[in-house]
Formats: sequence, structure tokens, C-alpha cells
Amino acid sequence: MNTALNQYAAAYPELAAAMPGQGLSWLQQLRADAFTQFASHGFPSPREEDWRYTNVSALEKKAFNPVSAATTSFVDADCLKQYQLADAWSLVLVDGRFDARLSNIQGLPDAVQVMAMAEALQLHAGQVASYFGKAVDTAEHGFIAFNNAWFTDGVFVHIPAGQILAKPIQCLHIVTQEGSLATTRNVLVLGDHASAQWVETFVGADVGYLSATVTEAFVGQNAELTAYKVQCESAKAYHFGGLYIKQARDARCIQHNFAFGGLLARTDIRADLEQAAECELNGLYLGVKRQHIDNHTRINHVQSHATSRQLYKGVLDDRARGVFQGRVVVAEQAQKTDSNMSNRNLLLSADAEVDTKPQLEIYADDVKCGHGVTIGQLDEKSVFYLQSRCIDEATARNMLTFAFANEMVDKVTLPTLKALLLQFLLKHFPQNSYVD
Amino acid sequence: MLSIKDLTVNVNDKKILKGINLEVKAGEIHAIMGPNGSGKSTLAHVLSGKSGYEVTGGSVTYQDKDLLDMPPEIRAREGVFLAFQYPVEIPGVSNVYLLKAALNAIRKYNGLDEVDAMDFLMLVKGKVKALEMDEKFLYRAVNEGFSGGEKKRNEILQMAILEPKLCILDETDSGLDIDALKIVADGVNSLRSPDRSFIMVTHYQRLLDYIKPDFVHVLAHGQIITSGGPELALELEEKGYGWLEDGQVAA
Repeated sequence: MNTALNQYAAAYPELAAAMPGQGLSWLQQLRADAFTQFASHGFPSPREEDWRYTNVSALEKKAFNPVSAATTSFVDADCLKQYQLADAWSLVLVDGRFDARLSNIQGLPDAVQVMAMAEALQLHAGQVASYFGKAVDTAEHGFIAFNNAWFTDGVFVHIPAGQILAKPIQCLHIVTQEGSLATTRNVLVLGDHASAQWVETFVGADVGYLSATVTEAFVGQNAELTAYKVQCESAKAYHFGGLYIKQARDARCIQHNFAFGGLLARTDIRADLEQAAECELNGLYLGVKRQHIDNHTRINHVQSHATSRQLYKGVLDDRARGVFQGRVVVAEQAQKTDSNMSNRNLLLSADAEVDTKPQLEIYADDVKCGHGVTIGQLDEKSVFYLQSRCIDEATARNMLTFAFANEMVDKVTLPTLKALLLQFLLKHFPQNSYVD
Repeated sequence: MLSIKDLTVNVNDKKILKGINLEVKAGEIHAIMGPNGSGKSTLAHVLSGKSGYEVTGGSVTYQDKDLLDMPPEIRAREGVFLAFQYPVEIPGVSNVYLLKAALNAIRKYNGLDEVDAMDFLMLVKGKVKALEMDEKFLYRAVNEGFSGGEKKRNEILQMAILEPKLCILDETDSGLDIDALKIVADGVNSLRSPDRSFIMVTHYQRLLDYIKPDFVHVLAHGQIITSGGPELALELEEKGYGWLEDGQVAA
């Protein structure tokens, strides 16, 4: 273990005493094991295949520290409005802790449980225990071990069988303080035949911080989850987020991943598919300046007749670097699997870079699996076509780039979120006006 | 309107156009015919400002201005319109968006305000109807998934909205069945006016059955080898290009 890691490990015993779930032996054991694992292995190293394109050694040089409950910032509700969906039940986490004052869950059906993770560990520990760590465990990689040991709060959402939620639930993470560490853990459970929309948004003040988050989602039989991740962290921030989904038989999940912010940002999304489950993963990453944006997906076809679709698009400008690693694993018994994965990248500058690596691992013999990758520049024929229609070259390029990215925003079915994302895109590609 | 003098053009150091001379006056329709590889499309592209062509000599004057000096979008705003042989598919940009952006670019160039949204829709819907297109086309991405005929009709729609002064139709008849050809020709004919000129590049006589040219020019080996009235096109249809090319070699 090197000295830099010691900063985290050395600080841990003192922090651990204040972390939620003190009285729960299962959680204390889980935290202790995770700490031991992290203390000996640290954050993932570029020597690990899944991390070869993303070097996280910067985290070891700067020690980020959790904000104690007593010094958590007061966040003005008005400044959250630009990210908060008007038509959603809203949960807000400030510097890694649930903020009841900013949250609003009025009108939620009584049978639906939505609460801070710290509170859930006090009031419904047994229920939490049956899900916590069941979609992903410490062995996955260093950030999971770190999250297990360090998480300060998060949210617990339980939607009972047959419940169909009319409005989305939004979990808004905001980090406010320089050098702070926000480690959050969410558990989302949809009972059989339930239906819900889940939006996670990550924002922060214009300072350097580390946001490390893990969400475990359990989608019951024939249940339906539409999940969105909108990562708009500060340009100086480090973001490491994981979403681990377990889909029961016939469960359907569509996940949209928008990776816009952060200096160094990495998202892992994994879905385990039981029989005839359907999974769709969509992603858009936009990198500028020296941003490094890494997206990892993994779909495990565990049982037969499941379907998976993936489309990830990236636009990299300046000296930005994008990474996409998509992995589909088809187990021996997962016959009649139907899977497709596509990654398309647009490089706008000679210094931009993308590393893309689609992987198929197929152990069954009766499956339909495909993948495709493109990396390119704007099509000059299209640029000329627009010029011949009176559009100047800069606007033409901007319009084409916007159109490339907007395909992913267009897939969003939630109107308020779509409008918010569109605003973001128009800010990013300013020469466009938009006509619907 | 347009005056081309001794225009010579290279592509990758190969001489494609070897001294073109052409005068187009307001209101005239000129057909440019010729065998494959004669330089017809090159001429259309050079006039519209496509990159990849090196003008090695000669001049092109359009409305007393040096056309070759203008970037493509300025030519378009000045009223030069190229209907593409192969219109480009642009996923993510809707037809109606492009039409509006193009029209507003021209209006801005001419010192006018942006078009009123309602007026614009009325205008576009009228033209769409005239071209027997489905209104749904307006909201689809530009040319994406369109059939060959739909793409060509879309070009004529753009032309009808932008009201150019010089329309260059590059092989607009290729890939069209008779019905579509008739609709496209009607669209072009409805745009004929004393102050609008057309240059139609085509292989075949059949387009000229529907759009009657004032002049027909035969382009071969990078030069206009003969010019005449509409009757020349009929003669070409009958005899092919061989006799003219042979004649040129003999001369």
C-alpha cells in the first residue's frame, strides 16, 4: 500500500464511527471486509483490463475528505431549480447526505417507500439487508469496495408489486465544497409488475471534489424501469458512478446515460438478465478541453430469450478523451439471446481521442449477437450540402454535430427532462435554434 | 445572368474541363447533355462551389460578380441553387428545420427579418401540396430513408421555397419513374419566369420532353462540342453521342 492510499485508510477509523448502520452487524462486517480489500488493493489500477484507459492515480495524490454532517452547506433551493424536474418526486443529497428540506415526496402512494439510506438502515434494516450488496459486491473493483466502506448516505426506494408510478423519482446529488468527498449508495427496488421512472442527476459547485456513487436496482418479474443518469459535475470534479441492475424474468429496463461533466468521469453500468428480460442502454458523452469521460457497460445474459440493445454516442473536441468499453456475456444456457451493441464517435479536433472496445463473450450456440463501432469526423458531403442551402460552414458543422448528439436526447420520453437536456445541448452547440 | 469564359478545371491534376464557354441569359433554360465522364457534373459542382476542384483558368461571372470568388453559402444566398444528383441524407436535422434555416439565411443576407413562423408554415405546406408530397416529409430528417424519387422531389421543394435565380439541376431525372418525373417537371415548370434561369444537366432526352429547353449543349471530353436548339436533343436520342465525338476527333 502506498502512502497516498494511507491518507484515505488512515482517516477511515475515525470516520467509520460516525457512519450510518452502526448497530447492524451484517453491515459492519460488510464495511470491514470492504475496508480491508480497499486498504490492500486501493483504487483500480491501469493494469486491470477494465481500467487500462482510465488512470485514477490523481485521486491518490489529492486526499478528498467527507464533509461532516455538522458542516454540510446550506443550499439555496432556487439554485437547484435548473436541474430539478418540475413534475417529479424529488430527493436531494447535499455533499453525500440526504436533505429533507430540499426534497419533496408529497403525494407518493402510501405503499411506496422512499427515504434516506441512513434512515432506512434504522427503520427497515431487514428489508435493506435483503438487497444491499446483492447486485454488486466488493470484489467487483476498488470503487465498489470504497463505496461499501465509505458511503455516508443515499436513498432507499421500494416500489411494491403492481404499483405503477405516475411521476418519476429524481435523485439529485449536489456537492458544494472544495476537496470534499461525497460517497453515496442507493438501493432501488421494483416489485413484480411495478413500473417506475428513476432519474439521477449529478451536479456540483465549480470546485474540485470526488463524487463516488453506487446504485443497485432490482427490477421484479414483468416490471418496468426507465432510468436516467445525467452527469453534469463541475469541470474540476472527479466522478465515479456505478449502476448495477438485476432484471428478473420478463423485466424491462431502459437506461439513458448522459455524461457531460467532470474532469475525469467514469460510469459503470451492468445489467444481469433473467429469462426473456429486455434491456436497452443508451449513452451520450460530450467531452471538451481536457475532459476524460469513460463509460463501461456490461450485460450478462444469464438465461434464455433475453434481448439487449446498446447505442452509445460520443462527441470529443479539443484534447478530450472518451472511452467506451461494452461487454456482453452470453451464458451457456442463455439460448435465443438477441443482443446488439453499437458505439459511434465523432472526433472534432485532431487532438481528441477515443478508445472503444466492444466485447462479445458467447458460450451458448443459438444466439443472435452483433456489434459495431465507428470513429470519424463530420461527413464533408453533408457539410457541403448544407452550405449549398445557404448555411455557413461553421453553422453547418455545428448543426450536424448537434444532430448527431440530439438523436440520444430524442430518445428521452420524459418531456421535462428532454427539455432540460435539450437546453444543455443548445448551450453546448450554440449556433442552433430548435424547431420542433 | 451567367457568363462562363474559357473555364478549365482539374481534379487531382487531371484536366476535366478544358475550356468551357457558356452564356446564360435571364429566363433561359439550357440543357447540357453528354456521355458519361464528359465533365457535366463537374461543371455543376464547380458552379455551386464544391471543394476538390481546382480552377486552372477562365472565369465565371454571375450577375456581374465573380462567382468563383464566393464560398458556397454566399453563392446560394446570391441565388444559385444546385439540385443534387445524389441528395445527401442528414439524420437528426428535420426538413422543415433546414428549410427555415436556409430561408432565414437568405433573408438575413438581404437585410430582411426572419420569416414569421405562421407565414413560413403556410408557404411550405402550399409547396408541399403542389409537389404531391406528404406533409409528414417536413418533419422527417432530411432525405433520410427517402426513395430516389422522394429525394429528387425534396430538392425541388427546397428550390421552390428558396426561389433562386439560377437553378442548376444535376441529373434530376436519374432514378425517377415516369410519374415522379412528371411531378418534378411540373414543379420546375411552375418556377419558370423571365428572371429565372435553368441549367439542366442530363443524359437523356426524356426530361426535355417535359421541360422544354431553349438551348442544348453537348459536352464531351471537357468541352462543349456543339450547341443547338431543342431539336439537337432529339437528334442525340436517335444517333447517340458517337457521331459528334468522331467528328470532333476528325476535326
